[in-house]
Amino acid sequence: MFIEPEYDVIVVGAGPSGTSTAITAARLGLNVLVLEKQQQVGMFKRCAEGFAWGLIESLELKLPRKCWTQEIDGSYIYAPNMKEFLIDMGKTSGYVLERRVFDKWLAEEAVKAGARLIADVNVYDVIKDKGFIKGVKANFLGEDYEVKSKVVVAADGVESLVGRKAGFPLINNPVLMDSGFQYEMAGIELKDPHKLEFYLGTKVAPRGYLWVFPKGENKANVGIGIIGNSPETAKKYLDDFITKHDRFSRGSVLEVNAGAIPVGGLMKNMVMNGLILVGDAAHQVYPIHGGGIGEAITAGNMAGKVIWHCIEKGDWSEERLGDYNKLWWDKRGNALAKSEKVRETIEKMSDEQLNMLAASITKDDLMKIVDGNVAILTKTLLKFGAKNLQKKIFG
Amino acid sequence: MPFFKVGDLVKLIVDKNKCLSCGGCVSVCPKQALELKKYPEWDKDKCISCEVCVKFCPVGALKLKRD
Repeated sequence: MFIEPEYDVIVVGAGPSGTSTAITAARLGLNVLVLEKQQQVGMFKRCAEGFAWGLIESLELKLPRKCWTQEIDGSYIYAPNMKEFLIDMGKTSGYVLERRVFDKWLAEEAVKAGARLIADVNVYDVIKDKGFIKGVKANFLGEDYEVKSKVVVAADGVESLVGRKAGFPLINNPVLMDSGFQYEMAGIELKDPHKLEFYLGTKVAPRGYLWVFPKGENKANVGIGIIGNSPETAKKYLDDFITKHDRFSRGSVLEVNAGAIPVGGLMKNMVMNGLILVGDAAHQVYPIHGGGIGEAITAGNMAGKVIWHCIEKGDWSEERLGDYNKLWWDKRGNALAKSEKVRETIEKMSDEQLNMLAASITKDDLMKIVDGNVAILTKTLLKFGAKNLQKKIFG
Repeated sequence: MPFFKVGDLVKLIVDKNKCLSCGGCVSVCPKQALELKKYPEWDKDKCISCEVCVKFCPVGALKLKRD
């Protein structure tokens, strides 16, 4: 009833990357079908819901009030010795979203643009023919469908079933993946309900960090991301932290979330004949902080445009769809690769070195480092190294 | 045809009380031996018992039982 036998584009996954692709492709006049595995769009979140100001603008949309819970104007960063480092932006610089509402809103925008979207559809395979991906095999409420398309969009998350079924060489190195776990908590005390909290250190969160993202005066996503091959679980590290801090230990749990965060392994090629990967499926995540919503929207918008262009020209081979690789690497990939270098440098630092860094880095330098400036990081580290050496010799 | 398969000697146990169906194990498996249905499903013919999934699981829901 709801599913036609053929579309220009089938998008698998109704997260931000999928619906952004659908919005752009449908606005350009393509016939688009979006299939969502979960019973409801926007379930279940695998992230802390942080979203930077302005990121929705590439889609020429305004973020409605209902989509976010809290405005954010800065961060508290804690070194391993718990020394506090405040970054005060002085004005709203981002939001903590309500993903259930945000994702559904983007889905509605895709429908407004002319796409068709159906939830609770289990895509279990792709249709392959003469070296091209030509559609998907899916089950909707017990009924099997084979739906044909010119281009399939794998927007189905980090474990991308579509990518794997298509035979795409996916990266699955656990060192490039953070293991994430989170409680959405209420009845807790926050440092400041408009500031994010980040806790660093090999004992708190090996390689990654622990976060507190406010969703109200006494409510927050309290979560953690740690290196994927850690012998202890992410849950254990988070529980240890919560137990040790009275601000959290008496709180309530409104939701439990888990997931893999692809903090590395950027792909030079994200397309095949008739297939394009977007969002977490293509590891489009900012390697330092693991944020992916903005990246997903930017990439989805690019993918939509390239798909339209290819279909207009009548050629959606890997070579033509490859324009998406060029576009993305030019606008985002190179910046993300730099940020990955910074992350690799930071993750080699001991707790003592992190403490030293936190003790004397300026806010401006820290912002530049988060922006992917590895030179500033190296310079700062060398300065500390030299000072330390002087102390050892002359102190 | 190998003399025996690793999967014949081990068994992946999914603790469904702990599992949050996040798919993390599926995304790190180097042999595509896991697929996320309602819970992860294990393909003993593909498994090489590397335990990457066991270590990765954010909540410790996976165990590789060796006979």
